[in-house]
Amino acid sequence: MDLSSINPILLLASLMVAATPIMLAAIGELVVERSGVLNLGVEGMMITGAVCGFIVSVSTGSPWLGFIGAAIGGAMLASLFGFLTQYLLSNQVATGLALTLFGLGLSALMGQGYIGIKSPSFPDWHIPLLGDIPVIGPIVFQHDPMVYVGLLIVLAVWAFLKFSRAGLILRAVGENHDAAHALGYKVKRVRMLAIMFGGACAGLGGAYLSLVRVPQWTEGMTAGAGWIALAIVVFASWKPGRLLLGAYLFGGVTVLQLNLQAAGMAIPVEYLSMSPYLATIVVLVIMRAGRAPGSLGRIFHASR
Amino acid sequence: MSEILLALKGLTKAYPGVVANSDVSFDIERGEIHALLGENGAGKSTLVKTIYGLVKPDTGTMTLNGAAFTPAEPRAARIAGVAMVFQHFSLFDAMNVAENIALGMENPPPQREIATRVREVSEKYGLPLDPSRIVGELSAGERQRVEIIRCLLQDPKLLIMDEPTSVLTPQEVDILFETLRKLSAEGTAILYISHKLEEIRSLCDRATVLRLGAVVGDCIPRDTSARDMAELMVGAKLQVPTKAERAVGRGVLVLNGLSAPAPHQFGTPLRDINLRVRAGEVMGIGGVAGNGQDELVAALSGEMRTANGMVMLDEQPIGKLGPNARRKLGLSVAPEERNGHAAAGDMSLVENAVLTGAVRQGLTSRGFLRWGKARAFADQIIKDFDVRTPGAANTAGALSGGNLQKFVIGREILQAPDVLVVNQPTWGVDAAAAAAIRQALLDLAANGAAVIVISQDLDELMEISDQFAALNEGRLSEPRAANGLTVDEIGLMLGGAHDMEVAHVATS
Repeated sequence: MDLSSINPILLLASLMVAATPIMLAAIGELVVERSGVLNLGVEGMMITGAVCGFIVSVSTGSPWLGFIGAAIGGAMLASLFGFLTQYLLSNQVATGLALTLFGLGLSALMGQGYIGIKSPSFPDWHIPLLGDIPVIGPIVFQHDPMVYVGLLIVLAVWAFLKFSRAGLILRAVGENHDAAHALGYKVKRVRMLAIMFGGACAGLGGAYLSLVRVPQWTEGMTAGAGWIALAIVVFASWKPGRLLLGAYLFGGVTVLQLNLQAAGMAIPVEYLSMSPYLATIVVLVIMRAGRAPGSLGRIFHASR
Repeated sequence: MSEILLALKGLTKAYPGVVANSDVSFDIERGEIHALLGENGAGKSTLVKTIYGLVKPDTGTMTLNGAAFTPAEPRAARIAGVAMVFQHFSLFDAMNVAENIALGMENPPPQREIATRVREVSEKYGLPLDPSRIVGELSAGERQRVEIIRCLLQDPKLLIMDEPTSVLTPQEVDILFETLRKLSAEGTAILYISHKLEEIRSLCDRATVLRLGAVVGDCIPRDTSARDMAELMVGAKLQVPTKAERAVGRGVLVLNGLSAPAPHQFGTPLRDINLRVRAGEVMGIGGVAGNGQDELVAALSGEMRTANGMVMLDEQPIGKLGPNARRKLGLSVAPEERNGHAAAGDMSLVENAVLTGAVRQGLTSRGFLRWGKARAFADQIIKDFDVRTPGAANTAGALSGGNLQKFVIGREILQAPDVLVVNQPTWGVDAAAAAAIRQALLDLAANGAAVIVISQDLDELMEISDQFAALNEGRLSEPRAANGLTVDEIGLMLGGAHDMEVAHVATS
């Protein structure tokens, strides 16, 4: 084994890139769950976003338009989930699982003619001045713009939940929907908006895979990232700060184990492949404190 | 003072199968405390929800201050000056007091300003409250203060209070009444809903009585006896439970220094509880909600295991046994939350009868259910306890609260346990059903069983218990003979009012 073949600066730099898709999907799901809805369809919305983003950016030649298309695609699939669970009162767990399967199938169908094509990609965004700082520059400031957009979304969600009136109402709806209804808040409307936001974020996360990370379209390319995002939301105790930590931890161990594999570490590859999942769960379980939103996953009906 | 604030005319609201309100008309005057009386299902809740804009009436009109009043949603009602304190608190456990208050206001100021205003109002009306506390950690009395202050911050013209005293200690009730009188003197009208007739007699200026959705009469509570009001509500003569003389036997259930950690974040640990309940005795345990009642019930039922010798039944240690093993030995428990804990709402009454009755009634054989026997058992509960339902095949969730409570208590009593523990046996149950349940508990004790009644309704405990003890922060006071205890003594046993003081605003 040759550990010297691992470049620590490149390793840390690829950590932020590896963490971005699950971070985007997880922050969307965090908002959904804080509003009291459990949407298990993250994987389906991610892959739909991945294919929508890919198609849009290939046909327009613009990765930015691709990401917008991905967000719209994810939000549309999510609003299907919202309509079924909020208005037709279907079971959230079953509907979410169905959404994942539906999204996987739908994306495979939509992506038929796009296999093997390369998408137009972002040039890495070398931030002037900051990007020139030795060591820190290449690690933090020389990525594509979506890495920073993702961080901004996490920051915005944190501020929204903590400081804004609308965020307070969203938390209230998730905490006790009967009380929120009794106070005259529109539980279904708040939840629909949260679900659509969650879908849009999952779509962005998926498009990050198909437009930046890989960058091409393959069926089932999310490969369980949506499930990791769901797990990170729970283990992060529904807090944006911890979610960021969890996503970076997962991204970090992922790139580390890839590097170790490349360096020829003398353990079976399967153990290395499972290590990001184990490490993320162990750390977040140890730090775990806090409880789920009170109305999480419960069906709301205004008859009472 | 005698101008009319809110006039209701011919309000009718029908739901499929029931008429919740039928042609309800009455007036509320400015600054008066107006009581709304009625049994469960008499239509009080629908009526106040109509006033608060949560329910739209089918026909009828409301006039507020001479202008037509048709609130489309609670927001509109709040803007018009109608505020409401809910029976089941409409609070958010995981948020702090200031956030909870902000959620109930139109155009709330920033959090810091809310905190200042909360301090001002709580000072003025003698309702101390720290704006930064998390609501899930507050006592029931404090939680109610959050609701009241939330209403007061909006200068309401009409304050609706739905069963406000059911969770308060006597001292807390006194202070609440002081606050309400103060508000009424300042010109705020109060619509006050309660089952507790003595309270209404001491507090309210006028009362309107509803029965089956219609107004059946009104009265001046000060000049009407509680018995007359109750009979007006029920529409029949009321039966008061009778305590038969009975021999008290040896200690059947003994708790030796029962201690247990809090089972969850907002729970209460049990601290060194010693108790001896004898056969033929009704032990009443009072206390404000959240002082360890749920935990004590869990430790007695076997849902929470403790050291073996901490719970003794017939001199046999049972602290490590599960619920079914305890049932077999003769200890039955009916928990407080009837739908979801005592009964499974989506299952039929027959299935619910099997859930706790299987062991003692022999409803299973070699792992198979004996449906015929189970159905007979369920039918017997329905018949003996006058549970009003079309049949035992109906789901438990379809029953009204009072009827389900009769079923749950009846199911345990018919199994003839040696010890029965009930938590809040008549909570939210109307007067006639409550009397029937209390009588059944007394009869069970008369037949030689030991009965533990945990309740927040002190009148109920005084009516049926032989011994009285109080739970306070997980500690149980020394039991005392219930006969001759005064309200003040009970209040002290309950740990007194929690940092409450009487309103000290100058009545101007």
